[in-house]
Amino acid sequence: MRYGLLLSVLIGAATLGGCTEGVLDPKGPIAAAERQILFNSLGIMLAIVIPTILATLGAAWWFRASNRRARYMPDFAYSGRLELLVWSIPIMTVLLVGGVAWVGSHDLDPPKPIASAVKPVRVQVVSLDWKWLFIYPEQGIASVNQLTVPVDTPVSFELTSSSVMNSFWVPQLGGQIYTMAGMTTRIHLQADHPGTYRGASANYSGEGFADMRFNVDAVPAEQFAQWVNTTRSAGPALDAQAYADLVKPSKAVAPVTYRSIAPGLFASILSSTMQADGLSQLTSVTSQRTGQ
Amino acid sequence: MNLLGKLSWSAIPFDQPIVMGASGGMILGIVFVLGLVTLKGYVPYLWREWITSVDHKRIGVMYLVLAMLMLLRGFSDAIMMRAQLAVAAGGAQGYLPPEHFDQIFSAHGTIMIFFVAMPLVIGLMNFAVPLQLGIRDMAFPTLNSVSLGLTASGILLTNVSLFIGEFAKTGWVAYPPLSELQFSPGVGVDYYLWSLQISGVGTLLTGINFVTTILKTRAPGMSYMRMPVFCWTALASNLLIVAAFPVLTAALSMLLLDRYLDFHFFSVDAGGNAMMYVNLFWVWGHPEVYILVLPAFGIYSEVSATFSGKPLFGYRSMVAATMVICVLAYTVWLHHFFTMGASANVNAFFGVASMIIAVPTGVKIFNWLFTMYGGRVRFTVPVLWTIGFMVTFVLGGLTGILLAVPPVDWQMHNSVFLVAHFHHVIIPGVVFAAFAGYTYWFPKAFGFKLDERWGRRAFWCWFIGFHVAFMPLYVLGLMGMTRRLQHYDVLAWHPWLLVAAAGVAIIFAGIVCQIVQLVVSIGAREELRDVTGDPWNGRTLEWSTASPPPAWNFAVLPRVAERDAYWTMKRLARAKQGEPAQAREYSAIELPNSSAIGLVTAFFAVVGGFALIWHIWWMAAFGVFGAFVALIVFAFRDEDEVEIPAERIGQFERMHKAEVTL
Amino acid sequence: MNIAAVIEEAEVHHDTASNAGEAGPAPKRIVVAYGFWIFLLSDIVMFSALFAAYAVLARATAGGPGGAELFNQTSVAIETACLLASSYSCGLMALAIGSRRRGGTYLFALVTFVLGAAFLALELREFSDMIARGATPQSSAFLSAFFTLVGCHGLHVTAGLIWLAVMMAQLAIKGLRANVERRLICFSLFWHALDIVWVWLFTVVYLMGVHA
Repeated sequence: MRYGLLLSVLIGAATLGGCTEGVLDPKGPIAAAERQILFNSLGIMLAIVIPTILATLGAAWWFRASNRRARYMPDFAYSGRLELLVWSIPIMTVLLVGGVAWVGSHDLDPPKPIASAVKPVRVQVVSLDWKWLFIYPEQGIASVNQLTVPVDTPVSFELTSSSVMNSFWVPQLGGQIYTMAGMTTRIHLQADHPGTYRGASANYSGEGFADMRFNVDAVPAEQFAQWVNTTRSAGPALDAQAYADLVKPSKAVAPVTYRSIAPGLFASILSSTMQADGLSQLTSVTSQRTGQ
Repeated sequence: MNLLGKLSWSAIPFDQPIVMGASGGMILGIVFVLGLVTLKGYVPYLWREWITSVDHKRIGVMYLVLAMLMLLRGFSDAIMMRAQLAVAAGGAQGYLPPEHFDQIFSAHGTIMIFFVAMPLVIGLMNFAVPLQLGIRDMAFPTLNSVSLGLTASGILLTNVSLFIGEFAKTGWVAYPPLSELQFSPGVGVDYYLWSLQISGVGTLLTGINFVTTILKTRAPGMSYMRMPVFCWTALASNLLIVAAFPVLTAALSMLLLDRYLDFHFFSVDAGGNAMMYVNLFWVWGHPEVYILVLPAFGIYSEVSATFSGKPLFGYRSMVAATMVICVLAYTVWLHHFFTMGASANVNAFFGVASMIIAVPTGVKIFNWLFTMYGGRVRFTVPVLWTIGFMVTFVLGGLTGILLAVPPVDWQMHNSVFLVAHFHHVIIPGVVFAAFAGYTYWFPKAFGFKLDERWGRRAFWCWFIGFHVAFMPLYVLGLMGMTRRLQHYDVLAWHPWLLVAAAGVAIIFAGIVCQIVQLVVSIGAREELRDVTGDPWNGRTLEWSTASPPPAWNFAVLPRVAERDAYWTMKRLARAKQGEPAQAREYSAIELPNSSAIGLVTAFFAVVGGFALIWHIWWMAAFGVFGAFVALIVFAFRDEDEVEIPAERIGQFERMHKAEVTL
Repeated sequence: MNIAAVIEEAEVHHDTASNAGEAGPAPKRIVVAYGFWIFLLSDIVMFSALFAAYAVLARATAGGPGGAELFNQTSVAIETACLLASSYSCGLMALAIGSRRRGGTYLFALVTFVLGAAFLALELREFSDMIARGATPQSSAFLSAFFTLVGCHGLHVTAGLIWLAVMMAQLAIKGLRANVERRLICFSLFWHALDIVWVWLFTVVYLMGVHA
């Protein structure tokens, strides 16, 4: 039938989609677990939905007015047993999927650290108009529109926004989380395979939104250390002035790295209010701290 | 002092050929129609019979006309978006710059929800509910006309934004801080806010009107358990309107205060909290989904029962399911932002609550299935829409439950997977239902049926076009494509977006078929004429009166003895065939007077709204003061009702009811 | 047999079974009051949203003054007394309408008006005092929410006063006709609802605000 076809097209297409970097081609434990939940829920529901579609088409066709072999029951309007059935089928389905949802929400809760023997790398993420700033507080470096992480190592993200809301999303590593000014959200992700993965803002944030994307380079641990060293030795410093320049709205920004950051930058972005007076406050805070 | 506020010649986008073309076309169209109407001398007729009418049937039809026009507008936006994404791959920027593209998707969402889906549903309820209840009008007929006027004002303001100024560039949800003055300094968000505030008041009044009508003015004998299911769903929908729209009004008012008076509800500084807007918006927004879809379910119930020649299966279950959805609608709003960082328990609770709504919805699907079971299903156009809905909607519901699983939502939220999902429930769930209802009640409204062939063509174009347009979006979502992108860098997405664009073209063919259907049907109206008032062998009371019904609907208020009241009457009449018909006595009927107050309210609402958008304070004061004076004058009117003499009723009945003998 | 005749036939058969749900459309007086009740419910929903906003933002003073420093309990107590008393006189007005005493209706309408106006004057004085001390709605989210919530109630009271004035004029011109009576009944529902909202407001904003 049309729907069988459609469904196979959908599934086939989805698998195809999976080959070209996406949710169905996970590269880390979180994304893999989320994909598993997607498949489980889909499977449970298709078991009900496909028979329902077929039964609908079948009943409509068999009981067409021109089919004299079909029995006409003009008063068939109630059956206790059928009522029980029609309520219990969806209830049971929902019980199953609800269980999956409940367990999954707790297991994969974004602020929950990933169990691992390796010490997580901390990254502070700030969404700016319209680019991403990644701060590595432990390494004392930062980058814009490019995120480099070691493989097999949990990455602990703290996220905020300098202005409007955005959403931090790397489909192949796991689900997204909003960035909001004045607040911190948290998410933990991990890459199991080296490679370059596409990340983007998922929540529309204005004019430059379409270019608000970045690459995640997942590299082996030693290469990551190397990258940190190279970054430290070159490029501009992210001091108050550089941040003030960076925070100005700009579109399609090419990746940049910063060899150093003003201490407490993330905290001061978080506590400062925005724009005019906020910015000056921020500048004074950071310069004060750099001065110490 | 600047007498025109922020308004100046620069507000008109002379430099943008697309906008100028569209608005020029729109203005020419309006001028052409107005000119034609005036030249042909239709103005007095329109004024008397339509613009000042407080007849629920006329008002319903006017809502539907507005909705259909806005469907064309919203659909043009869709064509432009799909065309843009079909070309803006790789380094290409397409033909729409972000500032234009961003307005288009915001306008598309706003128009489709508020000015297409809402008036479609409200229009059909207006037309059918009083007839199904066996009564002569709404509880508050004049208020009904005011509601229409306010809705039309919101629609007008939104369309004015096309050529004077701009529309919001924030998406149809207008989340702050983006929608705050700081990040959206133009008038776009103000157009959005005032349009929705004005039409929102109209919708709220509609809700009050329907709840009162359904609860307090049913025909004698029509107990709750004898009401047609469409009336039940209308009741649930309007209860939701009454309880949800004030929340939207409050949320939008706070945003207005932020923008106009520098308050700090949602600003990032001074302690404002943008998350509160998101919560309030969806406390309205999720019930809104059911405001739209419940009456649609009612239409499907009527259609499936009528064309199966059977009563609706599991009537009590259907009523229970409707009311369960009505209540649960308020317990799920958080699923629109699982990605905002709520605790695991909160996410899990709202996820499971959202899924629970699938239970009564599933029950409905099964009950429609069993309604057809054992019936004699006539494959008319409304039935095609219904079956098309059933097989499509279960899949849309399925992806909805997927998105209700928080870990899946974290991945799919804000992607085009989400876009595919909500179109997958709203198009079959609401739009198909509206088309089914339009075809089903058209002969009742105008006295002739719509052409079947073109109706079938329209259905197949819509049905196939829908799948071609939206199935690719699921794939694209899984590939990681986010919504509201003006251009994109991933070339692998391009073929899928081309397919989606082709789907939109097929849907467009469907719309053309519908226009042709209307024209062809008007041409062939004599062959398609419904002389019995009961063209489909109907079951409910609207089919017991003439097509089109007289202004008073029923010469004598019907006495309802059972569910499916008209079906029962027909059975009884058949059993008594052969007995001589008795002569009937009619008594005079009081009908509410026509009133221009709806138009007057709309006028001041548009003037006041426009002035507020452009900060033209003297004009805003004029709008508010004018509305105030109009209200006072209206309050002092004396004649409320006009009496239709018994002879006129008898005459009409003799002319139109003669054929209804069985 | 004609279908119309069957409709009438049904009428004969089921005349006996006429309980509340079966009696047909309710009289206009009931329909109007019922509709107005529904409106009041929707209005209360809107207030709930404003209350929710206030609860969320009550502590967001942005370093500025909070409720404890700003609210004058005495003045608010007098406001409350005025409003409650006006509600009482509004009830007396409804009774006067019921016994069709036009003079009594006037008198109690006037008392209601004066008490309501006193409430409004006190509230405006409170607002202007706060603004004079720099506590403007622009200075913090808490004050935005406060002025909006209390101000929205104040706007309702203003609308009620205008309505009452118009009704007194109608009473003078048209007398106690059915539609005037219906409107006065709706007004009294409105006025009592505002009182209920105020009791909540008084508790949540002023009592809890000072002691928090």
